[in-house]
Amino acid sequence: MDLFEYQGKSLYANYDIAHPNSFLVNKIEDLEHGFNLNYPVVVKAQVQVGGRGKAGGIKLATNNDELITHTNEILGMDIKGHTVEKILIEEASDIKEEYYLSFTLDRSEKKYLMMLSAKGGMDIEAVAEENPDDLTMIHIDPSKELDEAVLIEAITNSKLNLDYESDLVAIITRLFKLFISGDCDLVEVNPLAITSSGVMALDSKVSLDMNAKYRHEDFDQIEKDIPIPPSEKSAKEKGLNFIKLDGSVGIIGNGAGLVMSTLDVVAEYGGSAANFLDIGGGAKAETVSAALEVLETDDSVSSVFINIFGGITRCDLVAQGIVEATKGKDLKWPIVIRLDGTNATEGLKILRDNPNEKIIITETMNEAAELSVKGNR
Amino acid sequence: MAILIDENSKVVVQGITGREGQFHALRNRDYGTKIVAGTRPGKGGEQVESIPIFNTVQEAIDETGANVALTFVPPAFAKDAVLEAAYADCQLIVCITEGIPAKDEAEMYNLIKNNTKSKLLGPNCPGLISPGKSNVGIMPHEITLPGNVGVVSRSGTLTYQAVHELTQLNIGQSTCIGIGGDPVPGMSFIDILKEYQEDEETNAIVMIGEIGGTAEEEAAEYIKNNITKPVVSYIAGVTAPPGKKMGHAGAIVSGNKGTAKAKMEALEEAGVLVVSNPTKIGKAVKEVI
Repeated sequence: MDLFEYQGKSLYANYDIAHPNSFLVNKIEDLEHGFNLNYPVVVKAQVQVGGRGKAGGIKLATNNDELITHTNEILGMDIKGHTVEKILIEEASDIKEEYYLSFTLDRSEKKYLMMLSAKGGMDIEAVAEENPDDLTMIHIDPSKELDEAVLIEAITNSKLNLDYESDLVAIITRLFKLFISGDCDLVEVNPLAITSSGVMALDSKVSLDMNAKYRHEDFDQIEKDIPIPPSEKSAKEKGLNFIKLDGSVGIIGNGAGLVMSTLDVVAEYGGSAANFLDIGGGAKAETVSAALEVLETDDSVSSVFINIFGGITRCDLVAQGIVEATKGKDLKWPIVIRLDGTNATEGLKILRDNPNEKIIITETMNEAAELSVKGNR
Repeated sequence: MAILIDENSKVVVQGITGREGQFHALRNRDYGTKIVAGTRPGKGGEQVESIPIFNTVQEAIDETGANVALTFVPPAFAKDAVLEAAYADCQLIVCITEGIPAKDEAEMYNLIKNNTKSKLLGPNCPGLISPGKSNVGIMPHEITLPGNVGVVSRSGTLTYQAVHELTQLNIGQSTCIGIGGDPVPGMSFIDILKEYQEDEETNAIVMIGEIGGTAEEEAAEYIKNNITKPVVSYIAGVTAPPGKKMGHAGAIVSGNKGTAKAKMEALEEAGVLVVSNPTKIGKAVKEVI
């Protein structure tokens, strides 16, 4: 789960990672209560999209009047389709040098990867491509501790300012601790800066591993503070993996691979999917009825394709869910169903015993895709 | 033959007293799999449908000669369970558990690799089946047929779809394996491809991939240099919207790789027959064997 800058920085605070003093604004009135910052301050739009500076989402204010002007301007601003709902006001830093630092998982190597560069504050992807020697990449074995000697070597090789070596080692060690103990998928700081008040993390891009939610009390609140579209929200509350797409064939399936593949097959028959909806493994009847409810709230759906291949998921439970959700209802759209795998015979029997004229049972994935695309027209 | 498991594999089920653990342990046993033991700390000495329960994997191995562990332990305890099986020298550990934190996966993968000889399949995978011999996991065995095609896939249900397509055309399988789609899977495509190449009973290989990561590209490179048996492949997610990725670190690591198109091209270049739709897998295999 990708965090906003201000959320990442609140995690910095937990790990004692130096960052600028700041104040979060949700509405212009918040400024009236006063705050403890020294001018000049930077007014930063909180959006999860790159290029906010160029879009006018970052402004410097040297006094209260400018602060109010900029805040008014940026709040509610649209940046590449993202509405600015929150603004972070930070004390401006007197920057001497700007570096780049990130920790992530290298899936091919199955190790953690630290990347460090003296060329921070700019497009790091361009640095990696044009001057790969300017980007130090260090793999860290997840079964071992981070070795300080390795850090010092990386700092030296990256040609960072060695006058600040111990401060750099300290802040990088804390950022690594956040990455590990905080169960982050990504911790990226650009720039990690040397300022007149010492080494500081001026920006934050943090992504959390939600599989680790059970061992972090704060993940729940962080998640609630990230706005998501209403349809995705209701799906999430029901434990479904739902992504809205542009087409008109509503898709329900079990397992991400099969659902993706269902999208592909629908496209082969000339249709396009209204969504990606994965009911996951071991779904019960309630899960399936919940999935149908989610599609009912989407006006762009004009037919539905339910594609189930039972393994840990039992087709009889899926069929029960479909019957519960549709029994006696005048359905808005046709539902084309394909059931195979664990308890498929039992599932098909349940569907046949509870007929509904809008429900079509098919033998194969292709036939179902074809019919759901046709039923759409 | 077949790879990794056969009629002689003896399985200890970790978490056998849970709902899923019990259901699938019994289902696998009914299929003919030698389910010789279960573990559940504190319940040693009890039984599940006459399968003896032990407190630890080591005791289960000492008493029953188990050599394969099948893990259904919940995410919070899965890392410890898998490591316990590895340190007890289980040859193969099949971890079905979904939802394990990536840090736990990375740590257990490297600990097992650095300190043991065990092979880990999963986590978050459907397990594997050598049709007619042994089923270790949650795959519906009804759709399989003994034969000579090796199947390997990152996705669970899509594995079933692929196997189903083969069986419909009367093409049997030597072994069917889901390696799981988590960030740090144990055995990779390459590890499995290597086993299939060496297996006398396997004549052709079906490899099912999906968008994201670079595992398929790496497999393509391996196939080009090491695999002489015909390979048929399908990559799911041609029409899936590109996922937005935060930050630049991921982009630097994987570059342009990861799209369905890039994967399909890499595989085709390696001489793999790539199909556009999972229902075409059966016919394609018929063509190459």
